[in-house]
Formats: sequence, C-alpha cells, structure tokens
Amino acid sequence: MAEKTLRAAFPIFTRKITAHVGIAPILAAVVLALIVLGALLAPWVAPHDPIAQNPIMRLKPPGPDFLLGTDAYGRDLLSRVIYGARVSLLIGLGVTVMAVVLGLAIGLVSGFFRVADAIIMRIMDGLMAMPSVLLAIAIVSLMGASIWTVMAAITIPEIPRVVRLVRSIVLGAREEPYVEAAISLGTSMPRILWRHLMPNTFAPLTVQATYVCASAILTEAILSFLGAGVSTETPTWGNIMAEARIYFQLKPSLILWPGVALSLCILSINLLGDAARDILDPRMGKREN
Amino acid sequence: MLYLLRRALAAIPVMLVVAVFVFLLLRLTPGDPAAILAGDMATPEQLERIRTSLGLNEPLTVQFFGWMGDLLRGDFGTSLISGKPVLDLVADRMWPTIWIALITITLSVIIAVPMGVVAAWKHKTWIDHIVMTFSVLGFSIPVFVIGYLLIKLFALDLKWLPVQGYVAPSKDIAGFAARSVLPALTLASIYIALIARMTRASLLDVLGEDYVRTARAKGLTEKRVLFRHALRNAAVPVMTVIGTGFALLISGVVVTESVFNIPGLGRLTVDSIFARDYPVIQALILLTSGIYVLVNLLIDLSYSLLDPRIRY
Amino acid sequence: MTAIWKGLTVATALSLSTALPALAETTITAVMHSGLRVIDPVITTAHITRDNAFMVFDTLVALNSDFEVTPQMADFELSDDGLTYTFTLRDGLKWHDGGDVTPADCIASIKRWMQRDGGGQMIADKMQSLEATGPNSFALTLTEPFPYTLEAMAKVSSLALFMMPERLANTPADQAITELVGSGPFKFMADEFQPGVKVVYEKFDDYVPSDGPQSWFSGAKVVNVDRVEWVTMPDAQTTINALMNGEIDFMEAVPVDLLPILDGMPDIDNAVLSPLGSVAVGRMNFKYPPFDDIKVRQAALAAMSQIDTLTALIGNPDYFKVCGAIFGCDTPLEFADGSEDLTAGGNVDKAKALLAESSYDGTPIVLMQPTDVVTLTAQPIVAAQKLREAGFEVDMQPMDWQTLVTRRASQADPAEGGWNMFFTNWIVPEVSNPLANIMLNGRGDNAWFGWPEDPEIEGLLSDYAAATDLDGQKSVAEQIQAHVMDNVNYIHLGQYYSPSAWRSDTLSGVSEAPFPIFWGLEKSVSN
Repeated sequence: MAEKTLRAAFPIFTRKITAHVGIAPILAAVVLALIVLGALLAPWVAPHDPIAQNPIMRLKPPGPDFLLGTDAYGRDLLSRVIYGARVSLLIGLGVTVMAVVLGLAIGLVSGFFRVADAIIMRIMDGLMAMPSVLLAIAIVSLMGASIWTVMAAITIPEIPRVVRLVRSIVLGAREEPYVEAAISLGTSMPRILWRHLMPNTFAPLTVQATYVCASAILTEAILSFLGAGVSTETPTWGNIMAEARIYFQLKPSLILWPGVALSLCILSINLLGDAARDILDPRMGKREN
Repeated sequence: MLYLLRRALAAIPVMLVVAVFVFLLLRLTPGDPAAILAGDMATPEQLERIRTSLGLNEPLTVQFFGWMGDLLRGDFGTSLISGKPVLDLVADRMWPTIWIALITITLSVIIAVPMGVVAAWKHKTWIDHIVMTFSVLGFSIPVFVIGYLLIKLFALDLKWLPVQGYVAPSKDIAGFAARSVLPALTLASIYIALIARMTRASLLDVLGEDYVRTARAKGLTEKRVLFRHALRNAAVPVMTVIGTGFALLISGVVVTESVFNIPGLGRLTVDSIFARDYPVIQALILLTSGIYVLVNLLIDLSYSLLDPRIRY
Repeated sequence: MTAIWKGLTVATALSLSTALPALAETTITAVMHSGLRVIDPVITTAHITRDNAFMVFDTLVALNSDFEVTPQMADFELSDDGLTYTFTLRDGLKWHDGGDVTPADCIASIKRWMQRDGGGQMIADKMQSLEATGPNSFALTLTEPFPYTLEAMAKVSSLALFMMPERLANTPADQAITELVGSGPFKFMADEFQPGVKVVYEKFDDYVPSDGPQSWFSGAKVVNVDRVEWVTMPDAQTTINALMNGEIDFMEAVPVDLLPILDGMPDIDNAVLSPLGSVAVGRMNFKYPPFDDIKVRQAALAAMSQIDTLTALIGNPDYFKVCGAIFGCDTPLEFADGSEDLTAGGNVDKAKALLAESSYDGTPIVLMQPTDVVTLTAQPIVAAQKLREAGFEVDMQPMDWQTLVTRRASQADPAEGGWNMFFTNWIVPEVSNPLANIMLNGRGDNAWFGWPEDPEIEGLLSDYAAATDLDGQKSVAEQIQAHVMDNVNYIHLGQYYSPSAWRSDTLSGVSEAPFPIFWGLEKSVSN
C-alpha cells in the first residue's frame, strides 16, 4: 500500500528501485529531505530565536507558545532543534567532505607510489590505533572548541579508514591492463591517477561517505556530552542533549526530541548508505569495518 | 611464523608514530598544568616557579627524549596533578574497564551472531528487515541516551538493578554482576549492531561460495550447511569487526563510564586531558594504542585457526 | 527473567551487608562537589583540596559561626603593644604517624603557608620573628600592629593555615607534598586514594577534641563513625539516583532545579548547609581594549542584571539573593553603594549611553565560557545577551574549565590567545574580607587575572589593614564598595545558596558550615 502511494507521489521511485532496495531507503530519503529542508529554512520555520533567553519562561512544559517547551534558559526547544539540524548537518557534511577529499588524495598517492606508501601507511596505522573519541577530545580540548576544531577533530581519525579503502582499490586497479598500458605509454602520473584510478573509487567512497557522515554527527554529540563540544549558543543536537542531561528525569523531553531528530537523521543516512551499497556493488558487504 | 614476526615488528613504528603525535599534540597547543595545579589564586611568579618545578620549562627535545628514555626503562612517570606514579593510576583503574569490555564483547557475540544468522537465513524476509533495522538503530542512537534509557527503565522504574558504581568481582561477585549488566548492555548496543550486520553480510557471501553449493549438492541439510561450513567461515570477518571495533569500544567506554560512574581508564583519560596531566595522557594513549595493535595481531592469528584457507 | 534480576539484586543487598566487618563498622559515603586530585592545600586553591585538608589537618585557631576566632590546636595571647602573638599548644596533640606535635612543626607550617597565601604574605611583610618559646609554645612578633593576623590564620577559605609535620612543611611551597600526615580528626588512607574517584578516611583514634561547643571549624571535633568515603560522580543526576537508592548517604551539591525529585522522598532531607552561600562574579581584562577604558567597564556593569543571571543559574528564587554588596549580604561589611543598576535588573539605556561616550570601536569581546562546570555555564550565556543588547559585539568562546584556567593566566592580546572577560564563583568567606578578596588586588601585572593597575584601591586596602576596630574597618569597606562599583574592578552578580541532601534514615547530626564537616555526624546501621 505504502509503496504504491509513494510511487504515486514521487514518480522517481520506479518499481525497479523499490524492488531492488525495499521501502526503507525511500522513507529514509524522505525523512532526510525533510530534515535538510527544515535546516535550510530554519529562519522561516522556527517559531522563535533559538538563542533568545527568557529566564521567566525557563523549563516550561510544551504549550501553545512553545510547542516542545523551553530549556533551562527559557529558550524554545523546537527552534533549537530546528537550528540544531543546521550545525549537526554542517558538521556531518563538512567532516565527510574533508575526510573523503584528504583520504582520497592520500590514498591515491599511497596506492600508487611504493616509497610514499610505506611511510604514509605507518602514519595511518598510528592514527588508527588511537581511540578516535579520545583523540578528538584531546584535539578539541587543547585547541579550543569551535565548529571548526570539532570538525577537524572528528575528521582526523576518519581519514585513515578512507585512505585504506582508496589504497586497496588503487592497488587492485594498478594491475589492470588499461592502467599498465597507460603507464607504458608514458602518460603523466597525475593523469593516470585522475583519469584511470580515481573513477574506480567513486562507488565505494560514496558508500563510505554515508557512514562517515553518520558517525560524525554522532561523535559530535558524544564530544558535547563529555564537555568538549561547540558552545550551546550555537545549538547542535548534541549540545542541546548534553546541556539537558541533568534534567533527564525531570524534563526528559529536552533530551528526547533532539535525540529523536538525531537518531532519525543518522538512521536515514545509514539506510541510504546501505541502499547505495546494494545498488552500486552488491558484493561489497566486506568493506563494512 | 615469519609473517607474525614481521607483523610484531611492524608495531614498533606504529607505536612510535603514536608517541610522537601525542607528545607534539600536547606540547604544541596552549595549556598549562601549572595554572591548573595552582588554582584560583596564583600570581604570575608563583605559576612560573611551579612550571619550573614540574620540568615544563625544559626545551621540548629534552622533554621528549627524557620521556622516551624513561619509557624504555619501563618508567611511565608520575602524574603532574596528583603526584602518583602513572603505573599505579593505571593499575587502579584498569580492571573495571577490562571487565566491562570483556562482558560487552561476550554479550554482543551471544546476541548478535544468532541475529545475523537468522537474518541471513531468512534473507529478504520481514525477519531480515527487522533485524537490519534494529541493528542500524543500534548505531544511530548516542550511547549516553541508551544508557539513560536503560537506567530509567531497569534501575529507577523497575528497581531491578543498581543505578551506578563498580564493585570488584573478587570482593562481591553478585554486586559486580548486578552493576555490570546495564553498562555492558549500553556499550553492547553498537557492537551488537555491527556484529549482526557483519555476520549476516559474510554469511550471505559464504552461502554463495562454491564449496557451500557443493555441500548442498551433496545433500547436507540446511542446518549442517549453515553451522558446519558457512558459520565457521563467516567467523573471520566477525573477528575483524571485533578487532577494528575495539577502538569504537574504547570510545564507548569513555561515555559509559561517565554515565554509570565506573572508575575505569576512560574517565581517567578524559580527566587527564582536561587537567593537562601530560604524563598520564601520554601513557594512556600509548597503552590503548598498544592494546589495539595487540588485539588486531591476535585476531590475525585466529584467522588461520578459523579459516583453513588462510595460512601464514 | 524478572526473577533472576530480582534474585541478583537481593543477593547484592545481602552481600553488601555481609561485606561489612563483624564489629558493625560504620562508613559514611558522601559525594562531594568534585573529585580530589591535588592533595597539597598550600599549592592549590581548589575547594575540594581545602575540604580534604580540613578532614586530615587541624588548624591553630578556628573560626566559629559568629566569625569569632577561637583556640583550636593552640590557645593564643596578644601582648599589650599588639605586636607579639604567643601560641600555646594543647596537650596530647599527635600526628597520624604517632609523633607529637611540636612548635617546630607549627613554625615550619606557618612559614610555608606565608609564601603562598595573600594574608600570610602580609603577615610575613610585617614579621620580625617567629620562634619557639618553650616545649609547647611559640611566638610571632610583628614590627607593627596588624589586627588582621588572627583572622588570616583562622581563614576557612582556600589556602587556610593547616599544621603539618616539619618534614612535610619543609617542602618548597611551589612543590606539592606527596603524603598527607596531619593531626586532624580523620586519617587519610593513602593506599585507598584514587585521584578523581575516591578518598577514604578513617577515624584517628588518638585525636583529642578541644573543649567548647562545636561550631563550624571551632570547638570539639568529635568523630562518631569509623570511616568516611568520598566518591566522585560525574553528574548530578547519577548522584541523586544513587542517593535515592541508598547507595550513598550524603550529596554536597544538589542542583536546585533537581530538588523537586527529592522533595517527595520520605527518607531524604535537604537543606542549605552553608548559610552564607556563594557569589557569582565577572572579571574583565584591564590590560587590553576595550576594558582598559573605565567607560566601557561601566557600560558593561550597567548592562548586567543580577536577577536574570541568578534565575538562569539557580532558577528557584528561594535559593538566591539579589545583593549589591561586594562583601556579601549578611556579613559584617555589607554595603550596597553604587549597585542600583545591577540589582534593578540592568539599565540598558545607561549602558548604551556610556558605550557611546567610550572608546569602544566594535571589536568583539572575547568572552570565555566554561562548558563542563554546571555552576558556571549560565553566567556567560546571560552576559553575552546583555552585552549585545547594550551594543557590544561578543565573541563567545566555549572551553572546558581547565582550559579557561590556563588561558586566563595568559597576558597576551585577546585576539592572540588572550581574553577579555570570564566568570567565576567564590564562597562568601573568600570575598567577605577586603584583605582576603583577591580580586581587589590592584598591583598591575602582579594582581589577580585581569591585572588592574589601581593605586587608589591599594591605598584603601592599607587603610583597612591599619584600622583597629570594626567601625574603622566598616568605613573603609564602604569606600572600597563604592570604588569597586565605580571603577568596575569586577562585576558582582549576586549571591546564591547550594542545598545539600542526605539520607535521613541513616545519617544524623548534620550541621551548618561553609562547607561540609564530617565530625559530629552519626550513622545508624540500618540493616
């Protein structure tokens, strides 16, 4: 039933696609689209200023003025959750782009040049051996917390995974006849990397990117929880929850709503990632670490 | 054998990279343990004197090689803040973390592998979909939210289990067990999700392989095919997940320890980072990295036991 | 399933009770406001280190709830010329390692303390001699009368004067002592100490309580339990849950917002045990624009509102007091001169006008915001809004408290790793006396963070130190109040009170003091 309605509403979901990936990714795409839309249109959608305080109205239950109630500073929770989407998504997206771009560049070089490979991979192994959240806390705590340091702190531990993935693909592709042909024809290195090797990485990287994005949003929440996150003047789903955690019993809604938004968002991204993997490469199950 | 030796030797540069990285990260960024030690009322001269007495005014190279030299002699230094030897601090805080990690891994495997098997077996049915959705949910919810929900439900509303704390199993085994359930379940949520997915994926993989088809063709029952051949081979990627997921486990431990007030290594690390307690941070990050390397080495070893096709 | 879990909990309860040694040893388990990490009370001002030191060490003289200095380890006598203080140690004083307390121990302890504490330094500046005068007595002789001497020695805030054995007291003041051997009512169990996690004390059997009624830190410190354990919990919610489940007996700091959870509980009492409470303050950096300009400081002061700050910080008005007195309300030196705007909820128009007259050029103010200390998160958030309303640009920089502590010590330009403004809290006894209040120091680069160069207040502080009676002190204190409000040495944001909670079914004898005391407490073994 639902499937039919969906197809009617969104002709883009052809029978072929739904049959291939099931209905979950389609719902996920819709949810994610709504979240992104809400984030983009925050100034028009949000009923209140997300940082305007009103001490008299602190910790109010949901009501007509404040649909989800207010926090300890009398700020509107709904508006904070909507604006929080912006920063959380920005962090997710930013980390993904940085990790993929840097990881791709390093991975290509590492996979192609034997000399560089040894050194790069030792460094990557070292980075990977350090527990990522501890590394991130250290970086944020030492450099000072801002959106940019938080993004950098989450990106650094993600890079080695991307590098490893890219490198393994490049190592495989290097032996392909067309690459060897290009090398023997004297094609310049950058050209080989760019034209012949990089395209091979796109499909797996797309899948990997979704997981990086989901884990970045989640890691931001954990950093906030541990006191190493962005200021609550810039609401993120993570810091709204972290700030409210002492009210967990008294006002569970303060954690519940940003938590629901966060979980829905990550769930959607993960489901889309799974679908992308199924479509792009049904035999990629093994890359899931 | 030679391969193993090579792997073990390869761990040395990795640890060296970690050591240099951590040292530089700590020293090249702002932060002053002296100011933290002295507290609210300290004049600039008093701070300067404390800095000197902590050895923080030495040139960086002197500090680094001093530290490396001490490490090679097995001396991890003393905490700048509490004045206790780092090794004592670690020894005090090690067991809660080790126990929770072990229980978590065991619990996860017990729950997740059957989930994955069933999902693979009933591939593309509603059971598969439910298992998959739940497993995605497992790593879509922040650990601390799961922790709070479990506390609310099992400790506050139902009053079955204590809210927080840690008792050593040698002192009080029942108390230890009761206090371990919720933290382990909390931590296991991510792990269960990962392992279930991995089990399912690799089973699906293996079920398509030639030797499984041969086994089926030979007339073996589905059950035998599944348990005798498929599961055994699927164990390899599952072990990999446990190894690589170890870093994830450490991260989760940090959060879980603070939700459930467990005096383990995770909290010690976070505390030390906030207090700029350089020797403790350095030792702990080296230690966790070392364990990570070791765990992955052991897992490589176990491959040859599990998968007859892999030989070193 | 249910049966198994229930079985487990019952087993836990049983094993917990049987784990107690046969002699019905009593242990109080308390959660304090933070975890103990630094043990030396002379090197750090951390409150938890001071609280710990009051358990383990004793003091020469002590303050009671009427702000009177009373004998504690020693009786004291002041010579007629007001120059010589003679201290006579009480009989039977012993260190935890068995040695006797001697004048040499006390003299070494005083000398170490003088290098670190502000009041101690003032005494040191006027000191002619400090020497033993007999097997049980010693004398402090000054070059000029200094009426503040005894009060400084009886202080209850950080860097209080604790007596240590000579071998510990001979440690340089910039190096932390590594063991705690005191003569106080509790022994520090070094083996069981886990920094940041747990501190264990045992009753010191050889402790001889002094005479007189117990009041705050003076009088008889009688210990009625065998052990006290301080455990650290990372968040208030966890602590409250543990208290409700009977896993702990005492919780020092209950966030006021969470009190409603405890209110319905029959076996849990809560009350404000520290009657004076704490104050919230904001401090600016005098070295750099814009706050080097008095007009800009005045504008910022006019913009602030005590009621908004305290409401965001505390919530329930029963637990805070709008109070314009920089020396605290309900203290001997309470004056409110010049605080009208602060206590009236701020005066945005005045702030705007002052800012327009000033040299302020719109450069964003670097405001440091701690993210991990519950009692300090609200102030900068409210201040940022108030300052923006008045026309300031604010660059709010979040950081953990330890980073803030490090960074505020930096005299660099705010744009290059320095800062313009931060907030902190003090307990009232730390600000209630002009000589103890470190924010009043006006000696430029040697002053407290923010480094005001303020000769006028230095003059007033000397006048205060020289005043010989309360009336004289009061008149100087009132001038200091007016000066601080006009010059904006710091912004006083009002007074608040933090409730503590405890199990009323097991714990009795809880008494008032500026911070929790564990002598006089009794614990009944309920099961």
